[in-house]
Amino acid sequence: MSAPAAELQNVSLRLGGISVLEEVSLRIEAGDYLALLGPNGGGKSTLLKVLLGLLTPDEGSVRVFGQSPRAARGRVGYVPQSFRFDRDFPIRVLDVVLMGRVGKLKRGTVADADREIARAALARVEMAELGTRPIGALSGGQLQRVWIARALAQQPELLLLDEPTSSLDERVERSVWELFAELSQEMAVVVVSHDIGAISRHVRGVACLNRRLHSHPTRELTSEMLEATYGCPVDLLAHGHPHRVLHAHDES
Amino acid sequence: MLEALTEPFFQRVLLAGLLASVAAGVIGTYVVVRRIASLAGGLSHAAFGGVGLGYWAGFPPIAGAAGFALVASLVVGLAERRVRSGLDTLVALVWSVGMALGIVFVALAPGYTPDLTSYLFGSLLFVPWEYVAVAAAVDAVIVAAVLRYHRVFEAVCFDEEFAEVAGVPAERVFLGLLALAALAIVTLIRVVGVILAIALLTIPPAAARPWVSSLGAMMAASTAICAASTLGGLLLSWSLAEHAGLSIPPGPLIILLAAAGYAASHVVAALRGSGGPASRPS
Repeated sequence: MSAPAAELQNVSLRLGGISVLEEVSLRIEAGDYLALLGPNGGGKSTLLKVLLGLLTPDEGSVRVFGQSPRAARGRVGYVPQSFRFDRDFPIRVLDVVLMGRVGKLKRGTVADADREIARAALARVEMAELGTRPIGALSGGQLQRVWIARALAQQPELLLLDEPTSSLDERVERSVWELFAELSQEMAVVVVSHDIGAISRHVRGVACLNRRLHSHPTRELTSEMLEATYGCPVDLLAHGHPHRVLHAHDES
Repeated sequence: MLEALTEPFFQRVLLAGLLASVAAGVIGTYVVVRRIASLAGGLSHAAFGGVGLGYWAGFPPIAGAAGFALVASLVVGLAERRVRSGLDTLVALVWSVGMALGIVFVALAPGYTPDLTSYLFGSLLFVPWEYVAVAAAVDAVIVAAVLRYHRVFEAVCFDEEFAEVAGVPAERVFLGLLALAALAIVTLIRVVGVILAIALLTIPPAAARPWVSSLGAMMAASTAICAASTLGGLLLSWSLAEHAGLSIPPGPLIILLAAAGYAASHVVAALRGSGGPASRPS
């Protein structure tokens, strides 16, 4: 039996004196495709940062591929939700994607193989022809796809995506969800979202996080689970297929 | 005024200026894209503490400047994540403490300190060969480090958190970059002085920005702009002395020429509607 992709046991974390995670336990298997839901400030991004070794929990243990998160970094891909990004930075799209390779370069040099990996990653997000564009000339949706390509260039075995579809239009969003489903055949995938309506029918597991984690082995969402997470009653509609989930306020 | 170029002393002065331009163009590019201009200013002012220490303790002030700038880069780089003060506050601290120490050491130093102003405002015309050698050595270190670590520096400047996740020791890399900035400042002290060093680290790369789309191109263009300003400032200083009897040191003229280049670059870029901030998608 190989080690799970990631395992958290009773993880608690306080940031600036405020409790963000409380006794969170979660096991992500190598083939999992997990949606992590929850309200803003529920600790979703924090949980990803714990898995990445960017934050160290106050209590509990974290293992990624059986190692410490820092030791496992080469195997984990990351798409941040948003970060301080400077549109004036003089760099081309392909060179941004190549940053996914930066920890694995031999003597600091980008090899042809690295370039091939980066080009393939760009092609997978349907941006193959934009590699030579300055990064500052891209739209918000194109940028988000560049961050996804950059994570793919890491050639991860576990891919962590933090709100990866928030600035995509509907058509692109659909194709990106298809891409995630495809990727989940090759690696473990965890998608964070605050929007329960955005969860694709492809997701194979759902966990709800609001400081505490309420996970569910299948992709079935129960209203108890959502209520426990969001702290208010939520109706589930069209449960079954195609697994669309809507807020109570949207209907009836 | 081109007859100046045949003077051996002028050639030495020009060589010092060109060597400084390489350090300023390469490191200044990182300073501008990483937006740490004020930090660079703090390091160069902190260097004055080392100049004073050199006078007092009797070793070459330029060595003291290098030491103080390096220590200041380490202090700010480490404190930023560990002390609950903003980066701008930390910069103000090393900036002012370095200057204050310099003044104290100079006051303690025995006798008269004749060329103190040459460290404050530069004195390119009286640059000794030893200094040219130091600038060449610093350039060699900077160019070698950038050739080897260019991708890593770029990743850390662009998105430090992702660089860390991708397996780069981001904090150590950033400290290394600050140390290189401290060394670059040493090459600039004789050209424009600790007070104005920040000008050559920021104005040439900012002038180059609208016309480049990679860090490498920005470094090359910044170096060229800095070198052209240096040559222009020297020739202007020379010819003002020869023909108008005006004694104006080249340092400030170099900066004013670079600033004119910045203005011209951005005006032309705006008129052409290409490159730079003006070309953002809506």
